[in-house]
Amino acid sequence: MSFLEVTAQLANGFLTTLLIFGVTLVGAIPLGLLITLGSMSKIPPVKWIFKVFVWIIRGTPLMLQIILVFYGPGLMGLGVKFDRLLAVILAFIINYACYFSEIYRGGIESIPKGQYEAGQVLGMTKSQIFFKVVLFQVIKRIVPPMGNEIITLVKDTSLARVIAVVELVKAAETIVSLKSLIWPLFYVGAFYLLFTGIVTILLNFAEKKLNYYQG
Amino acid sequence: MAFLDVKGIFKRFGKTEVLKGIDLSMEKGEVLAIIGSSGSGKTTLLRCMNFLETPDAGTITLDGEELYDASAKYTDNEIREKRLHFGLVFQSFNLFPQYTVLKNVCLAPELMRINQSKTKLSRPEKAKIKRDIEDNARSILASVGLSDKLMNYPCELSGGQQQRVAIARALAMNPAILCFDEPTSALDPELTGEVLRVIKELKDAGRTMILVTHEMGFARSAADKVIFMADGIIEEYGTPEEVFGNPSSDKTKTFLEKSLENIN
Repeated sequence: MSFLEVTAQLANGFLTTLLIFGVTLVGAIPLGLLITLGSMSKIPPVKWIFKVFVWIIRGTPLMLQIILVFYGPGLMGLGVKFDRLLAVILAFIINYACYFSEIYRGGIESIPKGQYEAGQVLGMTKSQIFFKVVLFQVIKRIVPPMGNEIITLVKDTSLARVIAVVELVKAAETIVSLKSLIWPLFYVGAFYLLFTGIVTILLNFAEKKLNYYQG
Repeated sequence: MAFLDVKGIFKRFGKTEVLKGIDLSMEKGEVLAIIGSSGSGKTTLLRCMNFLETPDAGTITLDGEELYDASAKYTDNEIREKRLHFGLVFQSFNLFPQYTVLKNVCLAPELMRINQSKTKLSRPEKAKIKRDIEDNARSILASVGLSDKLMNYPCELSGGQQQRVAIARALAMNPAILCFDEPTSALDPELTGEVLRVIKELKDAGRTMILVTHEMGFARSAADKVIFMADGIIEEYGTPEEVFGNPSSDKTKTFLEKSLENIN
């Protein structure tokens, strides 16, 4: 099998990896904010429902969650069955939204009370204080921990193979087992390194951009 | 009836009763200094007047309008509007770090006059309001001596400069009464002078102000009336000459003696 043929097959798997990665980010970033608001709610039952949910999602393997989302609805007789890729993406979005929500919560709680009070005495509404005063400071503070999660997400996409979604690792494994070749495994490693390298550069850029002030 | 009338303010946090029936009144253009040891309730009293704390009992009346009555219920929006009668300068400045000095001063007026406007504004109208707000902010910042720092970020300024920005930010909302919560306590000694000078200038311009402070000398020279608070009540009230020169209560005497000891 030639280098070009391997590249073509891996590129195909990489597209799936990229898709899972991209859609998960787009879905989990806003969903995480909703979960944050829920887990910081002043109404105790709402708060506890969200906290227990986050505990369950963060406390069980993502692999288990993927399997459950894919087989669960059918086995429970709900009459729906997700497409494999859709099941993977749903599980990823929910899982990552929970991790993101905890990062957001930490960020929001780290903003000094004085920032809220300054907004209050200047007659701002609650939403103005959140969006015009607090949010930007939160974003600046959460970029480093979010970066960590996002880089983990790049590699976690390989879990999709557990329900036979052919992403990058699965694509390579197929070649390795059928053609008895070892080098495609290293080649796959290079794909991931390139991917995480680019993500790292983008995150550093964002961090630098936000670093125009201290505090 | 006085300009500001505060009657029967009580406030407790859990089991601790912090304010035990505060009555005070002041006239327009007066400067009222509130002194007292830490934990005497002076900051809480100031926060009650700015509605950052909700008094458990009492009323606040400003210029004949009853702003607050503890027995009534107010919505967030009502409280927000009442708050605008008072400005507050914090001990720790609380500037918005992501905005320039100019933006720190302009932000709240812009949000109030553009985003909270009840009528729909056209683009040129918005631009004009923005320009007005900015011109006003520039002149206020010039009056506190910061014309050359408009485009700096708070982290690039000294503590004294930051506190002057905070004063300008409060002035931009043109409150009826400007309150200061220990405005120089977080400053190095050599920086307190520039902040006190600004407060003195505001007094000379006729601003009505309430000043919670540990700067006894300044309270004595700048205030028209002085309140000494101890254990949640007003222990002594009078002109600076009366309170500093001839205090009637033993608590006041002891406090003043200790404060002066620290100076010497």
